[in-house]
Amino acid sequence: MWTIIAVVFYLMLVGYLGFLGYRKTTNASDYLVAGRQIHPYVMAISYGATFISTSAIVGFGGAAGVFGMGLLWLTFCNILVGIFIAFVVFGNRTRVMGYHLDAHTFPEFMGKRYGSRFIQVFSGAVIFIAMPLYAGVVMIGGVKFIEIYMGVPYDAALAICAVIIAAYVIAGGLKGVMYTDAAQGTIMFVGMSILFIFTYISLGGFTSAHQALTDLADKVPEKLAAAGHMGWTAMPRFLSTWWWNLVSTLVLGVGIGVLAQPQLVVRFMTVKSKRELNRAVFAGGIFIFMMTGVAFIVGSLSNVFFFRTQGMISIAAAGGNADAIIPLFISEALPKWFGVLFLLTLLSAAMSTLSSQFHTMGTAISRDIFQQLTPKTKKDNTLIIARLGVLLGIITIVILGEVLPDSIIAPGTAIFFGLCASSFLPMYALGLYWKKATPAGAKSGLVVGFLGSVFYILFIHAKESAALGACQALFGKPNLVPSLAVVDPIVIVLPISLLVTVLVSLFTRQMDPQQVERLFRR
Amino acid sequence: MFGLADPWIVAAYLLCILSSLLCVLYGWAKWNSDGGASSDETAKWAKEEDKISDTL
Repeated sequence: MWTIIAVVFYLMLVGYLGFLGYRKTTNASDYLVAGRQIHPYVMAISYGATFISTSAIVGFGGAAGVFGMGLLWLTFCNILVGIFIAFVVFGNRTRVMGYHLDAHTFPEFMGKRYGSRFIQVFSGAVIFIAMPLYAGVVMIGGVKFIEIYMGVPYDAALAICAVIIAAYVIAGGLKGVMYTDAAQGTIMFVGMSILFIFTYISLGGFTSAHQALTDLADKVPEKLAAAGHMGWTAMPRFLSTWWWNLVSTLVLGVGIGVLAQPQLVVRFMTVKSKRELNRAVFAGGIFIFMMTGVAFIVGSLSNVFFFRTQGMISIAAAGGNADAIIPLFISEALPKWFGVLFLLTLLSAAMSTLSSQFHTMGTAISRDIFQQLTPKTKKDNTLIIARLGVLLGIITIVILGEVLPDSIIAPGTAIFFGLCASSFLPMYALGLYWKKATPAGAKSGLVVGFLGSVFYILFIHAKESAALGACQALFGKPNLVPSLAVVDPIVIVLPISLLVTVLVSLFTRQMDPQQVERLFRR
Repeated sequence: MFGLADPWIVAAYLLCILSSLLCVLYGWAKWNSDGGASSDETAKWAKEEDKISDTL
């Protein structure tokens, strides 16, 4: 009962803040034209809320329950690459070039940078096709918690989540009003802080909790030990299957992939000045640590709790589904009232991220694909297409919520991040910093990165190729190159697409020097 | 150290904290740098942006 009251109250609060933000018109042009001031706290914390989703907390927290604290290398990458490098190195250059190009979406930014409609349409298509997978796993993160914490069947929990999110999106959540994001970020920060402190206290303190987890090393299931798992406070055996899974897929895939996330790159363009970027770095580092760092530490330590209370490790207590570990830990180890707060934390994390994902999907289908292919069409039609795109996106993620297998959140996120990195990162990074990058080079890198990733997922990376079955059907074996079966696509495909972009750029016609200078002016 | 079995895990934990501190110090040091007066170009961009979010 209290849970329902809290959720309804929360939704009313979010709705009210959205209305307040809308009425005060803290949107981009008013801010710029009137020079209105937004408090730096609101500005900074709203970024974090968009970055961190239920995928990071529930999915990767659960993965930490299986892999252990080695996942903290991902938190380190998230802070250093996802915040520091992204904001300090890429952020301002993106912002300035975005203004010069008058670009409003990531595909439009790339298309105008290279003067190529193909790049804009192709990038938009990649986003529109692949983004639902990421949005789907973000939603599953919330659904899993509702299922376990409130004891409702999965399908009903999925329906509840879909209705809340659809209502939020339709009621104007897409506007991404900063007040709403900041309120959601604050709830996330408070929720994760309590979780962090409570977990350490309940397990006997900082060092004792770690020691207890270290002592569980001999409880690693034989199959995982054979694959290279050496305990939850140790890295996997160097170059073992388990090591490749952790380092190449989870740490590198997501850690580097964050640089080329279309919905995050767009954020840099909506920033008003370099000052705001610097201020966001201030709060961003701590915020990411309190989100992913805490989720990974708590996920790992949950093994101690489940072993003490049930005599089994987390993944066994969760019935083999890593996505259920964090929800189960919250509902069994923490006071009931915290479960309500954590539910709001997850709703906040899901809604703030999904709103930006739907915004990106909506603009990809309308502005980047439809408007580019049919430039003479009426504005009304573009609007209808955008809304249809968002609706299609919602339906797709509900279907994905039904059909995707267990323990999918972390790998699903990693696939999307890896795909974005291999397809977009070379042309994006070189486009910002290398005047000699040519349209032909960018196109080649984009196509090689995307098709290379898809090929690798279908025919080489064992985890997906075995599950998807295309390789078995065509070649009669689960994957084509057994020695690369555990190496993530990003390790192979990203360097290839980068090399292709550079080489093709060196040997093709350069862009007009005057035009390039205009792009690179500060 | 800290009850953790592997120096690589200790390093990861410490690097997380140090990189957070780096972000704090950087943001603090540059808090007021580059105030960035709004130009006509950014204002034009922002108007277009509002139009897009309104249509969505």
